[in-house]
Amino acid sequence: MSFVQNVPCFSILLAMFAAIITSAVRGKTARKICIGLTIIEGGMSAWLLSFLWKTGESYVYVMGHFPAPWGNELRAGMLEAGMAFFLCVIMVLSLWGGVHEIREDLEADKAQFYYIMADLLLASLLALVYTNDMFTAYVFVEINTIAACGLIMMKQSDLTLAAAVRYMIMSLMGSGLLLIGICLLYDMTGHLLMSNIKEQIISLATTETYHIPLLLTIGLISIGLAIKSALWPFHTWLPGAYGYSTVSSSAMLSSMVSKGYIFLLLKIIYRVIGADTFAGSHVINILFIFGIVGMVIGSLDAIRENNLKRMIAYSSVAQIGYIFMGIGIGTDAGVGAGMYHIFAHAASKALVFIAASGLIRASGGKSRIQDLAGAGFRNKLAGAGFVAGALSMIGIPGFAGFASKLMFAQASLVKAELAIPVFMALAVSTVLNAIYFMRVALLIYTPDDVPLVDAVAGAFRLRENQKHSVRNVQPEGVLSPEGITGMAGTNAVAGSTARADSLAYAAAILLFIALNLFLGICTQPVLQLIQRGLVIFG
Amino acid sequence: MGTNLAANYVEVIAVILFGIGFTDLFLHKNLIMKIIGLNIMDTAVYLFLAAKGYIAGHKAPIIVDGVQSTSAYINPVPGGLVLTGIVVSVSVTALMLALTIRLYQQYHTLNLDIIAMKVKEKEE
Repeated sequence: MSFVQNVPCFSILLAMFAAIITSAVRGKTARKICIGLTIIEGGMSAWLLSFLWKTGESYVYVMGHFPAPWGNELRAGMLEAGMAFFLCVIMVLSLWGGVHEIREDLEADKAQFYYIMADLLLASLLALVYTNDMFTAYVFVEINTIAACGLIMMKQSDLTLAAAVRYMIMSLMGSGLLLIGICLLYDMTGHLLMSNIKEQIISLATTETYHIPLLLTIGLISIGLAIKSALWPFHTWLPGAYGYSTVSSSAMLSSMVSKGYIFLLLKIIYRVIGADTFAGSHVINILFIFGIVGMVIGSLDAIRENNLKRMIAYSSVAQIGYIFMGIGIGTDAGVGAGMYHIFAHAASKALVFIAASGLIRASGGKSRIQDLAGAGFRNKLAGAGFVAGALSMIGIPGFAGFASKLMFAQASLVKAELAIPVFMALAVSTVLNAIYFMRVALLIYTPDDVPLVDAVAGAFRLRENQKHSVRNVQPEGVLSPEGITGMAGTNAVAGSTARADSLAYAAAILLFIALNLFLGICTQPVLQLIQRGLVIFG
Repeated sequence: MGTNLAANYVEVIAVILFGIGFTDLFLHKNLIMKIIGLNIMDTAVYLFLAAKGYIAGHKAPIIVDGVQSTSAYINPVPGGLVLTGIVVSVSVTALMLALTIRLYQQYHTLNLDIIAMKVKEKEE
């Protein structure tokens, strides 16, 4: 066994030790330790990924050398290593992008607690990604919930408190369903390790016993994890939790936490229940329908929303709907498209949140959409980031969102009865996405001395009125990373802290844009990773 | 059907308790009641696990008098799961109670409907 195969265990332990160490140091050191160790974990995961890419097989890591029925197992394949690497990247960039807000939103002596929660969040997510044991997965789901709740309520205000309570209640319902589902599985199969459960489930399927309990269990686990990842109609906790917390939290919650649960669900589908058994159950249709309805309703809610961060939060509901629609198609291609959308959505949603925080800051802290007029001129980098993220969300070719939408469309062609709803939902949702994202994108490039029409009441009226001002902006200059590097320093205020902050912010935005363009243009390597990973996932 | 239910009456009770707890957590307006519901729900799962691990006539899985045969003891794994679950539910309950205290200090009520109304006012 080569040394690199220790990476899954080491990276989980490293993230946990980081949490312990950060509790003993002051805020600024805590940030350095947290970000530094996350970069190291990302590097380790990349190393593991390159190793697994060469071998092309997954392997089982036996914790403490206790063999299968007694010991606990980790299992790593390409998909797991890729996901771990991606989570580390998103976390570092989110922390960089929100460093100014963390300093402002948190009381000075509490900053290190934020990084403890962030470390615990990463540790639990890595454990969810790598674990091969159902009950371990449950325990880390709960740790993840607690850490996420801490991240939401770190910004002390009455709104975040209410949001955190609402999040906890919904989450606990989800984990309760997951727990009883796991117990029923243990009851039926007598195992807790995922691979062993699958063997038993296959033999149950051949003898045709326990058909209804198995269906019930699949339903309980799927719905439990769907509640936690905010699938429509279980999304009521989401707008408050994403909308009012500090921006790093919003970015991490939308890009990492909900994606971690979806990854766990995919793992359970492939490794525990078996993709065929899952595709044969009715639960898959429910997820498909919820996904499609969520795509439309989430976007409609976003159009009605007047607060920028809450609007972006509602857009997450729509995007989670995309992923569940992909799972609901029930083929490897559909799941692959969903997996690609996990990456694409994480990259663009975190970018949009961080860019939005820059726009809000440039408008004197007002987060209503009407107040943002001209914010793209006051903070050019944030404006460019928002436009890039918005284009990716809408699905403009060249950006990450387009690649996954194309894959959804292609995957749905396999089954004729699925193709029509998928195509219609994609079309409607794209138009709705364009309405609310372009409304903001146009508004932030409207000079604020021009008298404004009511932005919410008439998006189309606005578009006509402001055409002349839009023409002034050169899209090429805005979109290419080279064009904006020069502007990185413009927002810098005097003082080295502020300069360091804006440098980190600029790095985060530029790297996020680069990540989006990479996922949009170099789709083949990522798609190959997902396809090869899914083959050995089960 | 009826005989199955009668034979597995502990599991039936556990599932009914789970339903009560879940509904309480979902529908009750009062935060403290919700937390009680959460605890009923978790305890129901432990009852279910304990019932599944029990084998009539066997002893608790602690080796006494050098008897090592597996036929002498009940299944120890559900016991381990219950212990882990208790730790999780204690910490989650503690967090929820702490949140409830903070929420009460801010809004001076435990009724979630009233809190939601106040939040809505604040958003506008």
